[in-house]
Amino acid sequence: MRTVISLKNVRSQFVRDVEEISGEDLLACNQCGKCSAGCPVAAAMDLLPSQVIRMAQLGMTEVLQSRTIWICASCLTCVTRCPKGVDLPRLMEALREISLRAGASEIDLDRLPPELVRELPQLAIVGGFRKYIK
Amino acid sequence: MRKISYYPGCTLSTKGKGYDRSGRAVAAALEVELEELTDWQCCGATFPLATDNSMALLAPTRVLYQAEQAGDRVAALCAICYHVLKRTQTVLERDSAMRERINWFTEQEYGGRVEVVHLLEVLRDDIGWETIARKVVRPLTGLRAAPYYGCLLLRPYDEIGLDDPEAPTILHDLIRALGAEAVDFPYSIECCGSYLTVKEPVVSETLSREIVASARAHGAQVIVTACPLCQFNLDWPQRETAFGRSGDEVPIVYFTQLMAVALGLPEEDWGMDGMYTDPRPLLRKWVKEE
Repeated sequence: MRTVISLKNVRSQFVRDVEEISGEDLLACNQCGKCSAGCPVAAAMDLLPSQVIRMAQLGMTEVLQSRTIWICASCLTCVTRCPKGVDLPRLMEALREISLRAGASEIDLDRLPPELVRELPQLAIVGGFRKYIK
Repeated sequence: MRKISYYPGCTLSTKGKGYDRSGRAVAAALEVELEELTDWQCCGATFPLATDNSMALLAPTRVLYQAEQAGDRVAALCAICYHVLKRTQTVLERDSAMRERINWFTEQEYGGRVEVVHLLEVLRDDIGWETIARKVVRPLTGLRAAPYYGCLLLRPYDEIGLDDPEAPTILHDLIRALGAEAVDFPYSIECCGSYLTVKEPVVSETLSREIVASARAHGAQVIVTACPLCQFNLDWPQRETAFGRSGDEVPIVYFTQLMAVALGLPEEDWGMDGMYTDPRPLLRKWVKEE
């Protein structure tokens, strides 16, 4: 896969949107990898959390296709450990929001197992729907 | 009798009734009356991480407004309600422009002054472990209980600040005050998968099984939590299926349920009906001498 890294992409509207929605400075991340090392769901991700930030820094909109942004459970382990104070869960939420605002919907209600829906605590349904559906 | 406003939230009024029941009962046994807010509504169950999503602040602000009418503090039991209310309160306290914006929309003048506390903080800071230890009538001697903190009760530290986010002790201290042994295990602050249970149940089940297996491997007979979503996520994979049960289940109890046993409350106040792994066969061993 060929990837073109250009200043145009680094200063793109996409990067500005991510920073505005998250309230975070993408370039504060120096890629130490502590977030990826401690992420409890990294095994289920296609990109590591630190790779998501790197792609966002470079303005690579392909990052929106990553499963990682939907696997992040906002457990806030990474933000607790980031030596640069980057709030990665806010960046993940910004990437989800950009997708959701463009019409994405990540839960297919018809495919939820009925036995699970019957048993799920209310806050899982309310919270999950707010996080993954617009 | 000390009085404190209480916000149960939606789950404690439905699927998590046992947490509510045991919570009120143990508070009363410690001479704390949890006064339920009148006419409360759901907090929304998620704190918005997008800075421009002020809509998701409306529901928790309405709860805080109700709490402000009733007093200066509000206590929650559900770790997620606690997290959402406390972070919303932090935003409204630090950002007066946001507070004005929300107040303009809700047409309620929330002053931004309510202190949001978790019942665990009331136990630690208002009552104290020694007082609780003195009230114990059934010391849980020999019970090996693993404290499971999860995520939202502790993080982010600069807004929640309930305990050390990497090495918390509040549940350990409570377990010891009840006479039981607090079992350390490496997964006590790892995530159970949270809302992923709705979208990626396989992922959250995998995480939850690892947490339970680790606690079991470290000798835990019971896992203690303060969150109804952790309780569900950890216990659901242990449910009885068409294949039966594995036989090595570890009951997942709320800290209030363990307290109800130790404080000598009757079994109906333990609130343990309908749990996938019934903790009662284990915990009744500490009742038998009566």
